[in-house]
Amino acid sequence: MKIFEKLKNIVKREKETNKESLEIYDKGLEKTRNEFVSKLNLLGIKYTKVNEAYFEELEDILISADIGVNTVFNFLNRLRDRVKKEKIEDTKNLMEIIIDELFIIYVNNESLTTKLNLNQNGLTVVLMVGVNGVGKTTTIAKLAYKYKQMGKKVMMIAGDTFRAGAVEQLKIWADKTDSLFYGKENIDPAGVIYDGLEEALKNNVDIVFIDTAGRLQNKVNLMKELEKINKVIGKLIPGAPHETLLVIDAATGQNGIMQATSFKEITNITGLVLTKLDGTAKGGIVLAIKEEVGLPVKFIGLGEKMTDLQEFDIEEYIYGLFKEMM
Amino acid sequence: MFDYIGDRLSNAIKNIKGMGKITEENISDALREIRMALLEADVNYQVVKEFIANIKEKALGAEVSKSLKPDELFIKLVKDELVELLGGDYVPLETSKNPTLLMLVGLQGSGKTTTAGKLANFLRKKHAKSPLLVACDIYRPAAIEQLKTIGNSLNIPVFSKDSTKVLEIVKEALLFAKENKNDYIIIDTAGRLQIDEQLMQELKDIENEVKPDEVILVIDAMMGQDAINVITGFNDSLNLTGTILTKLDGNTKGGVALSIRHLTHIPIKFVGDSEKLDGLSEFYPERMADRILDMGDILAIASKVEDMMSEEEAYDTARKMKKGEFNLEDFLNTLKQIKKLGPLENILKMLPQARKMGLNNVNIDPKDMAHIEAIILSMTPYERKHPEILKATRKQRIAKGSGRSVEEVNRLLKQFEEMKKMMKMMASGNMKMPF
Repeated sequence: MKIFEKLKNIVKREKETNKESLEIYDKGLEKTRNEFVSKLNLLGIKYTKVNEAYFEELEDILISADIGVNTVFNFLNRLRDRVKKEKIEDTKNLMEIIIDELFIIYVNNESLTTKLNLNQNGLTVVLMVGVNGVGKTTTIAKLAYKYKQMGKKVMMIAGDTFRAGAVEQLKIWADKTDSLFYGKENIDPAGVIYDGLEEALKNNVDIVFIDTAGRLQNKVNLMKELEKINKVIGKLIPGAPHETLLVIDAATGQNGIMQATSFKEITNITGLVLTKLDGTAKGGIVLAIKEEVGLPVKFIGLGEKMTDLQEFDIEEYIYGLFKEMM
Repeated sequence: MFDYIGDRLSNAIKNIKGMGKITEENISDALREIRMALLEADVNYQVVKEFIANIKEKALGAEVSKSLKPDELFIKLVKDELVELLGGDYVPLETSKNPTLLMLVGLQGSGKTTTAGKLANFLRKKHAKSPLLVACDIYRPAAIEQLKTIGNSLNIPVFSKDSTKVLEIVKEALLFAKENKNDYIIIDTAGRLQIDEQLMQELKDIENEVKPDEVILVIDAMMGQDAINVITGFNDSLNLTGTILTKLDGNTKGGVALSIRHLTHIPIKFVGDSEKLDGLSEFYPERMADRILDMGDILAIASKVEDMMSEEEAYDTARKMKKGEFNLEDFLNTLKQIKKLGPLENILKMLPQARKMGLNNVNIDPKDMAHIEAIILSMTPYERKHPEILKATRKQRIAKGSGRSVEEVNRLLKQFEEMKKMMKMMASGNMKMPF
């Protein structure tokens, strides 16, 4: 129950220092949290003793957060075991264990970092990938803004030469964030990326963000294109891309696991960006992705403004989900 | 990671096979499998609960007859119930008014702009309409540009205006349409969260002012359990007349279709099934039920083929397949037809027993298809009709001619022979459905 203590400490910390990022999490996750937590609370009122009906309703709540069918079922099995072993009868005591176990799924004894792996000896290349409509381009804008603020020289490369208006969209963001830009329409993406990277090297850019076309993970030729893009980048800059971020929409259901699996097969995905968490979607699929595919979340998108990107913090995320229970 | 429902279900069904009647005991495994399948397909958990309860009640009360064994009866029940839920009060797209006004709404990234282009293309092709696209996404950078590019490539006019008032744009577009004699007006709006009151008001204003004949919610088929909040959110603010399910060409099951229908009764009018601008199909509940339950979709293939192939050609091919006379020349023609049908994976996935034959996750590279074509094209017409005469020297020549290896030529010939055998079996009815 150490983790639960940790959570309480965060609450305390918030009261003392009024941490800004907590507030943003708080606000962004408000819709997500309210429903989720009130359901869990109701459950605690409805059932004071742990029984099968309690587990069934708990299952519904977790499933409705998109946590993933297999993950939920495994989780419930572990929970049942603990209840038996530790002879827990009161649902109040179980609440802490639920949070504890959710933590364990995600953290899994690993040391996770949300920091981008920056190349200390030159250009850092960050490749953004994902299915259609998840928010890759907007996320690049937010990341560029973030690193501009840190005083880095940033460039964007428009690798989505397929979707109508995609190059234009990125260009507008480059102008808004005062970043350098490289892009051409209707040409081979690997080609434009190669040229763009040469341009970045010439201009002593610190970080380059590469946008790519949205691709459904079952489209073989598009996945091969991504493989080629990866090779081209590595050829020009050994060790690059330093980060390959898979962008996932918080509203994604079970398909998110397949997305993560397929993209990981093709490229060396280093982390996820969970977008659109300012809606009612709970993004629970990231727990399943972490458990089944081993990919951690690095950033979350909490709105449409350039400042609405936060580093993911599992403690704050779960704290956000369970705040009212403590 | 995922066990497939088709397989799991057929295992669970085994318990019922050979039983005299359906009892609570012998269907409990099957019900559990169906429940898991629906949850893995992202069907809303509440809907799943009701669905399972319904099935159970109906199955227990069902009469087992001689013609329908308990296992068959059970599967039929499940499928019928799904189709009933998915279909029901289907209303086709309004096309009779002149002009007809249609507004597309939805979350960010659901695919509204692409769908707008596809719809315009569909209406022109199938209903001989003269559509006008109206660009009302004034928020996302380059969204207007995107619609213009799509309009250009289809040669369909796009109305846009440098304005911050969406209602104003719509009103002017209506005048423009009148002058330009456009009889179908498609309004593309900005993506928004259903909880964004200010932006939802913008849509309500359009609805109140110009009274669109169709207000269509565009939904990503990959959506999980939150879909229901989105659907009810939009439906509470607007009078939705239908939905379009996008990105169904992914490997998502699209259980959200079931949630839409069960909880709101709003009809699903179309599904988006490719990135190309003709990738919009009318919605068929039966096919969606099969997709969710993983039971194959031979009908979808049939109607796709119908669109592409003349009846005569189809008949001729079928006859040859039956007789085992199918040769490489016919195969080449079929390949050309298949190419027109779109990505082959999609077609294969729709075949019943696809899973069993390992076709469900087959990844077909368009290049492989091109290689096969090249090999066959490097044969003489006589060789194509009589592949048995192909010996070492001829094979070497073909390999050289097509730029492939002799091994590949051999592999193709072997696969072709196997395919021929399979066709004969299918034709003679020796291949059965899994249930």
